[in-house]
Amino acid sequence: MSDANDFPGYRSPALDVLEQQKAPVWSQATLHTSRGDFSGLILPRSETADAAHIVLKLDTGYNIGVRADTVRRITVHGRKVAHYKIPEKAFPYDPVKPRVKLIGTGGTIASRLDYRTGAVIPAFSPGELYGSVPELADVCNLETEKLYGVFSENMGPEQWMGTARAIAAEIEKGVAGIVVGHGTDTMHHTAAALTFMLQELPVPVVMVGSQRSSDRPSSDAAINLINAARTAATSDIAEVMVCMFGPTSDQYGLLHRGTRVRKMHSSYRSTFRTISDIPLARVDSEGVKPFRGDYNRRRDVKQVALKACFDDRVAIVYYYPNMKPDIIDSLIDHGYRGIIIAGTGLGHVNKPLYPALERARTAGAHVYMTVQTLWGYVQMYVYETGREIMELGVIPAANMMPEVAYVKLGWALGQSQDHDEVKRLMLTPVNGEITEREPHNGYLVMQGGIPEVDAFISEHWK
Amino acid sequence: MNPRNALTEPWLLNPLPHFGELDPAGYADLGLKSGLEVHQQLLTQRKLFCRCPAGRYSLEHQAEVLRHMRPTLSEMGEYDGTALMEFKTRKDIVYLLNNETVCTYEMDDAPPFEIDDLALDRSIAIARLLGCNIVSEVHITRKQYLDGSIPTGFQRTAIVGTDGAIPYRGRSIRIRQISLEEDSCREVADRGHLRTYRTDRLGMPLIETVTDPDMRTPFEVMEVGQIIRWLARVSGLVRTGPGAARQDVNVSVTGGTRIEIKGVPSLRDIPRLVHNEGLRQTSLVAIQRELQRRGVREQDLPERFVDVTTFVRSTEFQNVRRAVEKGATVLAVPLPGFENLPGAPTQPRTTFLKEFSDRIRVIACIDELPNLACSTQDAPTFSGGEWDRITKACGVEGSVPVLVVWGRQRDAETAAREIVLRARDAVQGVPSETRQALDDGTNGFERILPGADRMYPDTDLPPIPLEDARLDRIFAALPERPWERREGLERQGVGADLADRLSRHPAYDLFQALVGECGDGLSATGLASLLLDRSCPRPASLKVAGDWWRATIRRLAAGEIVAEGIYLAEGDPPAVERESAARRRFAAALATVPEGPREGRRGEDFVMGHVMPGLRGRIAGRTVRTWVKEALA
Repeated sequence: MSDANDFPGYRSPALDVLEQQKAPVWSQATLHTSRGDFSGLILPRSETADAAHIVLKLDTGYNIGVRADTVRRITVHGRKVAHYKIPEKAFPYDPVKPRVKLIGTGGTIASRLDYRTGAVIPAFSPGELYGSVPELADVCNLETEKLYGVFSENMGPEQWMGTARAIAAEIEKGVAGIVVGHGTDTMHHTAAALTFMLQELPVPVVMVGSQRSSDRPSSDAAINLINAARTAATSDIAEVMVCMFGPTSDQYGLLHRGTRVRKMHSSYRSTFRTISDIPLARVDSEGVKPFRGDYNRRRDVKQVALKACFDDRVAIVYYYPNMKPDIIDSLIDHGYRGIIIAGTGLGHVNKPLYPALERARTAGAHVYMTVQTLWGYVQMYVYETGREIMELGVIPAANMMPEVAYVKLGWALGQSQDHDEVKRLMLTPVNGEITEREPHNGYLVMQGGIPEVDAFISEHWK
Repeated sequence: MNPRNALTEPWLLNPLPHFGELDPAGYADLGLKSGLEVHQQLLTQRKLFCRCPAGRYSLEHQAEVLRHMRPTLSEMGEYDGTALMEFKTRKDIVYLLNNETVCTYEMDDAPPFEIDDLALDRSIAIARLLGCNIVSEVHITRKQYLDGSIPTGFQRTAIVGTDGAIPYRGRSIRIRQISLEEDSCREVADRGHLRTYRTDRLGMPLIETVTDPDMRTPFEVMEVGQIIRWLARVSGLVRTGPGAARQDVNVSVTGGTRIEIKGVPSLRDIPRLVHNEGLRQTSLVAIQRELQRRGVREQDLPERFVDVTTFVRSTEFQNVRRAVEKGATVLAVPLPGFENLPGAPTQPRTTFLKEFSDRIRVIACIDELPNLACSTQDAPTFSGGEWDRITKACGVEGSVPVLVVWGRQRDAETAAREIVLRARDAVQGVPSETRQALDDGTNGFERILPGADRMYPDTDLPPIPLEDARLDRIFAALPERPWERREGLERQGVGADLADRLSRHPAYDLFQALVGECGDGLSATGLASLLLDRSCPRPASLKVAGDWWRATIRRLAAGEIVAEGIYLAEGDPPAVERESAARRRFAAALATVPEGPREGRRGEDFVMGHVMPGLRGRIAGRTVRTWVKEALA
């Protein structure tokens, strides 16, 4: 009986054939099949792929699948095990360069393939990173710590608090800046959470990820990482920021304030956008160029106000026409303490929901209104509906984005259940989650197809 | 002169054999072997991994995207040599986007959609026509291309069949594999550190047919290429027209290595290219032996270059002078042990020095020629005094070749390093490269030959199992292969040459539909000849003119019309006249023949020439000639 590890990823019936033919993974072999002979290296099989096929790497480097039930006989000629290792070089230390700490939560900077899952495993040590992105050494002295290794959808309050604590500890050790490697899907949730949990920051905290994984030659990972490291090392902006591609071209990155940034496209490199405001700055090989002056400056101290707390009995309700009150009722029945409504227009829901909102108030829940238009403010006085909804205890949350309001409400409830105190925390901006004014260019979703817009794009926004 | 440095290799002492001078035995002496990679666009409505239209080209664009490429690790944990080379070039890559032909997939801002099923079916059909074993599960693989020709930095490609064969002149040419892949961008310009591509062709489905190196002469390569292209064309599964098919030609000689000549558009160009590449490799092998005899080793060529900018600031060598005025750095690289070698011919009008010049052009992006000068070169460059100072600064004897390059500091340094690397390669023989076909039949360096290390499984798409039912359906609809058609035609009585032409001609189906009508009045060969004659105003197509052809061939076989009438008539060919009426018409025509020769063959031809225009198509030409003979007798 062979060791199961000889056949990683294989299940019956393909496993039976390989075992029976004594052809473990990494065998150089010829498979004699009813569809002809195929020669190559037997590879592990992805666990999510079917159980019927054997994966063969041909001499030309191509992979093919051979269905196990077509195999009559396997001749093994030899064995060749892949040693997958990202080249590691000692990260050079330069006494005049700033110290930057890279904290990993997931996502890929440099990576390799995981045969079992077919996914990519991130490389992370400074040596591995230097091997793949040597430009980092021009920017800083890099230290790394892998805090979590999760896809961004699996980040949650526990990881937010853990990351905040880790960053606070590094700041106390005196680093010049922090880079947080993060999957992009929920990067803006974490950016908001870190903004609330790490107040009075003395140094930049820069979140970074990639939209094209770093196992692709066209990946944005290296440029994003270099830009983030440069920001952490040299920028005067001591805030939680997201550093990702500005345009889809390899031109420059944008630094977005952690509470105003949102992922706006499922796959574009330039997916992150500052909503209802303008970004903080742009960053490229020339350095960081701020677009505005109203940011928190870097300070030469080693303290930060750490407020790592969260009550996760909070939900977002994305309103839609014909929503039934049982949606709200079920949340209250299940003990939820806070609800963020993403309402239509200026912040509205339909009348049938009123009894449920009344019930929520009676149960002591904290209910806040945001807008599903994402851009703009809640304004519940304009229409009668808005006034009626406020009568039911729903509090307008100005121009806080729904996800940010969700994170903030959980964070506020983690500190107090008192309605007035929670309201005070919610409506007092920590760092830009509510702004007093929206600049006219804070809403720019340009419409393609209009000749002058297309002309601008072909000329300037490449 | 130091006798150690005299050339002794006979190949280097004699002129290179001209194209056409070598017979098969001559190529056998070189050990010439060649294989083909034939790329053909599949005929589909859509691109392979997105829903953009295929085959729509335009010179307009509405937007541009700028990208850079970085090498990544292969599945087996290695960096690919080509990838590292391309990274050294530090190219800005600009893509021109046309809204009609490109979506976010091609610009690498969206993951792939599912593969186009029609393209997959058609690639399987062609693989089967070539006798390949069909895989049971198609794995999409990423093949790295860091030249920027594909914005992702890799081509999505998949093997559909392996180990086929085609008959060729009584032997068998092995087909290694057939893959289905996405086409690349069209290059617009490549100057300095900027390369520009159009993206309309990007993503169109393509099949690549790879042969083993089974061809032994340059003409065999062309002929096998023709067979592969015809096979796919008769199947009706591929696109035709300019750019729809391209081939890469692999060439090696004894002591050489596999060199890939990329993107040869026309099969006719192949023989000369193969011949010249055979010469180049043979020369490089001779240079290697010369270096070995002199005891030159790689470690004797350290990465060493000298800044000689100050020595040549006021040189009369205008290219360098102008460059230096614009701030260029001038670097000198001595090549001890290479005495008398830089001028050795490698291809017609081409010397060993071009191997260095090409690397500098491609990798250091110094593309204004000349981009290097050699101290032992017989060409006007620096003055004798300037060369003396340069050579002295390098600390070598005057007989040692010193190569000088100029350009922006970083580019000049890259160039100097490439000179050393290329010189070290010479000690090893023929470096593995892909080369580009040039118009004059020679070839130039394009990039380091990529290996299997550039392959990586595509994690964006799951493997595609090919069920038996799907294969059965595809196999059942396969057309005949051209060689099967040819054998069939010969059995039907068509002469060998006509059978060969008709087997790969669109008129083949029409022939098969009409061959049953042949009788005493019309042979199968006669029918084939008629259908292949381009002067007939009706298309030889079953679809377009099948009924007309059937009626006409019936009349011809019955003797109601003559074959010439078919070529002449816009409508239906005129009926053959009764003999008495025809005789009257002939007599009238004869009466109009002007003064002229009437004697012998010349007289016969003269009269024929004058009467025939009015009679053609109504009376068979040979009948008219008989009557002319009678009249003159």
